[in-house]
Amino acid sequence: MSASSAAEVPVTGGAPSFTARLLRNPLTVLGLVLVAFILLTSVAAPVLPLPDPDATDLAARLKPPLTPGHPLGTDQLGRDMLSRIVWGTQISLAVGLTATAVAAFFGSLIGIVAGFYGRWIDNLLMRGIDMLMAFPYLLLALAIVAALGPGLLNALYAIAIVNIPFFARNVRGVTVGLVRQEYVDTARISGLSNPRILTGEILPNLLPVILITVSTTIGWMILETAGLSFLGLGAQPPRADLGSMLGEGRKLMMVAPHVATVPGLVIFLLVVGINLVGDGLRDALDPRLKSGETVRPTPRTEAAEGVGTSAPADPEHFSAPDDGTQGNTAAPAGLPSGEEHLLQVAGLKTWFFSGKETYKAVDDVSFHLDRGEALGIVGESGSGKSVMALSLLCLVPTPPGKIVGGRVRFQGEELLTAPLSTLQHLRGNRIAYIFQDPLTTLNPLFPVGDQIAETVLRHQNADRNTARCRAVDLMDRVRIPDAAGRSGAYPHELSGGMRQRIVIAMALANDPDIVIADEPTTALDVTIQAQILRLLNDLRRDRGASLLFITHDFGVVDNLCDRIMVMYAGKVVETGRTVQVLNDPLHPYTRRLIACVPVLGQPERTIDAIPGTAPPVNRLPDGCAFASRCDRAVDDCRSGAIPLDAFGPGRAARCIRAGEGR
Amino acid sequence: MYRYIFRRLLLMIPVLVGISVIVFGIMTLIPGDPAQAILGSYATPENLARLRSDLGLDRPAPERYLIWLGNIMQGDLGRSYSLDRPVLDEVLERFGPTLLLAGTALILCTFSGIAAGLISAVKQYGWPDRIVTLLVLIGISTPSFWLGLLFILLFSVHLGWFPVSGMYDVYGGGGIVDLLHHLVLPALTLAVVATGVVARLSRSSMLEVLRQDYVRTARAKGLAERNVIFKHAFKNSLVNIVPVIGIQTGFLLGGAVYIETVFQWPGIGRMLVTAISTRDILLVQGGVLIVAASYVVINLVTDVIQHMLDPRIAV
Repeated sequence: MSASSAAEVPVTGGAPSFTARLLRNPLTVLGLVLVAFILLTSVAAPVLPLPDPDATDLAARLKPPLTPGHPLGTDQLGRDMLSRIVWGTQISLAVGLTATAVAAFFGSLIGIVAGFYGRWIDNLLMRGIDMLMAFPYLLLALAIVAALGPGLLNALYAIAIVNIPFFARNVRGVTVGLVRQEYVDTARISGLSNPRILTGEILPNLLPVILITVSTTIGWMILETAGLSFLGLGAQPPRADLGSMLGEGRKLMMVAPHVATVPGLVIFLLVVGINLVGDGLRDALDPRLKSGETVRPTPRTEAAEGVGTSAPADPEHFSAPDDGTQGNTAAPAGLPSGEEHLLQVAGLKTWFFSGKETYKAVDDVSFHLDRGEALGIVGESGSGKSVMALSLLCLVPTPPGKIVGGRVRFQGEELLTAPLSTLQHLRGNRIAYIFQDPLTTLNPLFPVGDQIAETVLRHQNADRNTARCRAVDLMDRVRIPDAAGRSGAYPHELSGGMRQRIVIAMALANDPDIVIADEPTTALDVTIQAQILRLLNDLRRDRGASLLFITHDFGVVDNLCDRIMVMYAGKVVETGRTVQVLNDPLHPYTRRLIACVPVLGQPERTIDAIPGTAPPVNRLPDGCAFASRCDRAVDDCRSGAIPLDAFGPGRAARCIRAGEGR
Repeated sequence: MYRYIFRRLLLMIPVLVGISVIVFGIMTLIPGDPAQAILGSYATPENLARLRSDLGLDRPAPERYLIWLGNIMQGDLGRSYSLDRPVLDEVLERFGPTLLLAGTALILCTFSGIAAGLISAVKQYGWPDRIVTLLVLIGISTPSFWLGLLFILLFSVHLGWFPVSGMYDVYGGGGIVDLLHHLVLPALTLAVVATGVVARLSRSSMLEVLRQDYVRTARAKGLAERNVIFKHAFKNSLVNIVPVIGIQTGFLLGGAVYIETVFQWPGIGRMLVTAISTRDILLVQGGVLIVAASYVVINLVTDVIQHMLDPRIAV
């Protein structure tokens, strides 16, 4: 699980209804109120107690706003501004909405036909649309008005035509995706005619995208129709919309600014309202757009108060996974008193918070790592092993992640509460990460050599050239052929195996004390896997670096790791030396995981996938989280927290039946 | 690189042909007799006949198009009836001020838009983000012709900081300082809407990029936060921003029509509006053609910039 997928965890919460989501945003409500008010007022114009908008009264010319009888004043012919604005708004709205409807209808039609029939029809239509888009937006509208002649209806056509491409493109894109879906094939095979498929299967799925396009373009269309009228190319006197009122009032700006500014203000308020509603509509229709935004890009994970300063409340959490003896943290077994492990993690809790949900991605994890040692962390995806690894140097994004408890000590220094500068000094320098999927973890826009050199430059006193040479050396060391030539290559120009070597070279750049490798071989084929594993092993042997190796595959930890820690649903369920765990697994989950590994030369061995899935970490059951998938579960497994029991030095399991049958 | 530019230049040809077809097509769509439409109801029969044969109206449309295209290739855009001078001369004379106005606005909206989007993304949900979001909303909802009037009322009439209209002072002006003095308000007004669009896109693009794995890698390398944001994240978000800047240039060229009208700026937009109301079809045609052609060139430039930024874009 990468950081980004960790961040997606919270999205699975209960979904409120569409209207509820829409009305939850106060700005959307404000927009709705604005639009509704303007819309209702203009529709109600005939029944409102307003003077005739065209009744001239030369005696009362250019009265300022707040004149008795004329709340918004009068214009150059003494006509009541309020009445003219209400009626003008009606025209502006009618033209804007009609233009939107026309553009939406024809644009969607073109998009559907192009997307559904494909081939030459698609090509012809979309090249035509491209041509329309090759014009600057308003210019095409001007050209159309120039040909048809000024007038409100012609302005409407012009604005509708220039907006057709937006609808056509969006709708075509979605249609092409829908046509490839299985249910359309099914409909075809079952003998439905094309028009039936279009109206029955495809059109309903297109409505959201059409609605979204309407919400993004309608504000524009109202602005642009007003604009054409302002230029004198739209509404012609005596008929007046908001734009033409503004255009005429402009000439009187010095004497009576209100004649021009008030109609403009109404346009502004109307479009603000429409855009607010549009934003809310898009968020509500497409919650994915919104959900990602809950991840704030922060340089470090936030730690709750008290983290790192004191021991966890329950001292049991400290000791069991290490050596099975209670309360022995300061001087763990095998080390002289007063000396510490290279890395000591105690009671680490990294939780994700989303709305009312709490996801206990890492819950109370303790372990240690000594110099030159390799610890394998094994578990299915979602078990919390990646989040745990990222938490060590506070690399989990906050929000939604937060470290709510525990301590991480590296060479005696507390990391969870360390200042950012300390963390940045350690990251990539003393503790380096190797992430899975090197295509997304390398920056696509920089040559790989530069990306390695950057790490060197950051932590060593080297100039740019030295760093470049060092990068080539490192690439050489991870056995990249023609390293000097390849250092200028971009990530997409290299194979998966090469990219993974680059990532490893980057991690080795500063001879780190600890390398954290997060599923470094998952994306690779078997021969490359073996090479990468050998590389990591060499690194440990030659450089004395410690290795934290994260994997879901027991098959690869065998030769690489000294000790193993198995994680399930955010908790440690078993620890021990590799040989012990592999030969004599204590926890049923470990047993099932080991059984998943195919063994060469034993084709008769059956591979049992573990039935069921891990419980979501925001709804963990009482008792053992594995109970529902366990064939040995008894009633006691489902009540009360299951402790991590010690079974000899450095050996522990979180299972009440672990001791049976030994 | 050069191969890419060459290929893009070749691809421009069909687009330019398409544009010419559309412009020609629109102008042949004029209802009724174009000669009558151009010359008005007081035209003499002789003048009408002459104009008809000038326009080649007695020939079939495809033939007329080819003749028209041939003339354009030779720089002959016809003669403006209302101004009584070659369309090309007038169009070229008016194009400079429009480029100056739109170019200044482009620079303004690019820098302020990207900066605002960046701040907004990095301080997501903080007060700078809220302010930017509010300004963006106001920006994209404001009719620019109205904003221009408000600016004139405030900065020219009340405060007297800037001239009300035009490009140069009538008396004693003419220098670069005078020009810049006149340029401030129109360019600002024109830039407002585009700034909003650029800021909005920069923000969402930056937020998207900041969630990517390679940003986490940059942090895991121990890079300082300003390096993570300004080098690793920003360059990636630029790949998304650059094409939108290209599209915004199209909006600026179109929006210049309003601004030139409000500020009496002697550009091509104002020329077009006048030409449309005097039914000077050839002048409209010439103006539309040159602006559309320059937009094609701008799109070429943004494509090349994007290609330089992103090595993944295939040649």
